[in-house]
Amino acid sequence: MLELKNVCFSAENDEGVKDIIKDVSLTIDEGFVAFTGPNGGGKSTLAKLIAGIYIPTSGQILFNGQDITNMSITDRAKLGVTYAFQQPVRFKGITVRDLVTMASGKELSVAEVCKYLSEVGLCARDYVGREVNASLSGGELKRIEIAMAMARGTELTVFDEPEAGIDLWSFSNLIAVFEKMHEKINGSILIISHQERILNIADRIIVIADGKIREDGKKEDILPSLLDTSAAACSVLTEKL
Amino acid sequence: MALDSIQKQLLEQVADLHEVPSGAYNIRANGESAGRNTTANIDIVTKTDKPGIDIIIKPGTKKESVHIPVLLSESGLKETVYNDFYIGDDADVTIVAGCGIHNDGDEASEHSGIHTFYVGKNAKLKYVEKHYGDGDGNGQRLMNPTTVVNVDEGGYVEMETVQIKGVDSTYRTTTAVLKDKATLIIGEKIMTHGSQSATTDFSVDMDGIDCAAHVVSRSVAKDKSHQLFISNINGNNRCNGHTECDAIVMDDATVSAVPKVNANHVEASLIHEAAIGKIAGEQLIKLMTLGLTEAEAEEQIVNGFLR
Repeated sequence: MLELKNVCFSAENDEGVKDIIKDVSLTIDEGFVAFTGPNGGGKSTLAKLIAGIYIPTSGQILFNGQDITNMSITDRAKLGVTYAFQQPVRFKGITVRDLVTMASGKELSVAEVCKYLSEVGLCARDYVGREVNASLSGGELKRIEIAMAMARGTELTVFDEPEAGIDLWSFSNLIAVFEKMHEKINGSILIISHQERILNIADRIIVIADGKIREDGKKEDILPSLLDTSAAACSVLTEKL
Repeated sequence: MALDSIQKQLLEQVADLHEVPSGAYNIRANGESAGRNTTANIDIVTKTDKPGIDIIIKPGTKKESVHIPVLLSESGLKETVYNDFYIGDDADVTIVAGCGIHNDGDEASEHSGIHTFYVGKNAKLKYVEKHYGDGDGNGQRLMNPTTVVNVDEGGYVEMETVQIKGVDSTYRTTTAVLKDKATLIIGEKIMTHGSQSATTDFSVDMDGIDCAAHVVSRSVAKDKSHQLFISNINGNNRCNGHTECDAIVMDDATVSAVPKVNANHVEASLIHEAAIGKIAGEQLIKLMTLGLTEAEAEEQIVNGFLR
């Protein structure tokens, strides 16, 4: 369904041109794929390349065989690519109902909007008419972001660290949401995460580090080694302290 | 006097009315009275010394409304109208004013409404004012409203003013004096386009103890239009004052904000905020990831902002 062929991406910063994604090739057909790896490794950049927010410096991106490398964000969205932001955007005056309706691409009844909100653990009655502004907490915004992705229901959905900014209490509910998504999935879910419990739902785990694919395989093969690594990382941290 | 189709369209734009309203109303069309209705509690009297009306609302009047739309469809008409509103103690009413100018000619059409409110003790007023212009002529559509608000002890006034389309030049002046425990809330929405200009000038004297004022302006400036927001809040007693200007600039438009707060009393608590900028890139990107084009995303953001 999604294919990246030798994708490279460089960006200019104060120190000159930096290569962020270095010759990444991969194919995603499976239901639930997780990207994980150290911060700054290029996971979010890859997601943005898939959504069309960034355009590759070289290489090709194919969606269902169609070359979308230079296609706009809007056209990719219309083809069936959804990108849930790591840091959701606030809008003055636009309500939760407006956003979920825009996401679905058709007029929704209040009951339909509420169904999506309830699925992400928001008491729909309290939220449907709320403005998506600074009065909402980071966790609330994240759930609305996930509800929007569900309302879109596209063939490919990319979630960029859905757990970021969600409190521990809500985290279990979030896992339940993704478990449910996994059960009735019609397309692919690509999820960027550092959380063991989310990685545990994945069919396949791809470890991205230093702009490259470091590991790629079934969850059963990748997850145990990752957990070992995190233990090592912890000990390094402990020694420093 | 029956309204023609252009006047009916203006009426719909400024008052959300399709026909004459129920309750008390006074419709002014092309400088003349086009209809009036009074009720047991609300009287409307034509002034004898100058153009305009007195609207007198009896003390204790609850849940009634007054509509006073002004319609101008004759090119070149210029008028200044003085309307005074006397809201009795403990009343709770809504007043909907508005001006629509349709100018197909080459001469400027101008309406200047000077509205003075005397809001009684513990009275509650919601005042809604909409300005709208259309027509294909080269003649300018000008509106220069002046609003003077006097709020007595414990009175509560909520003002909602909207000017979204078609007014070439506007200079809006609002002054208010608040007594003890009086509250004034102003929400202003403006959109300018083409080469329009809009200036709003607020001045609030917070004289009474524990009075409060919130003056919030949200605006969008497109094309080559210009907007100037001035606010002057004087805290003359123990009080809470807040003024905010929030503007989106697009194209070659310009916006200036000049908020001023003066604490003339040690217990006056005053805040001013001004935020002016273009639409945030991430807002556009978010809506584009939902399948909207950049232009559609912009429209949704602007409509939401001015809602």
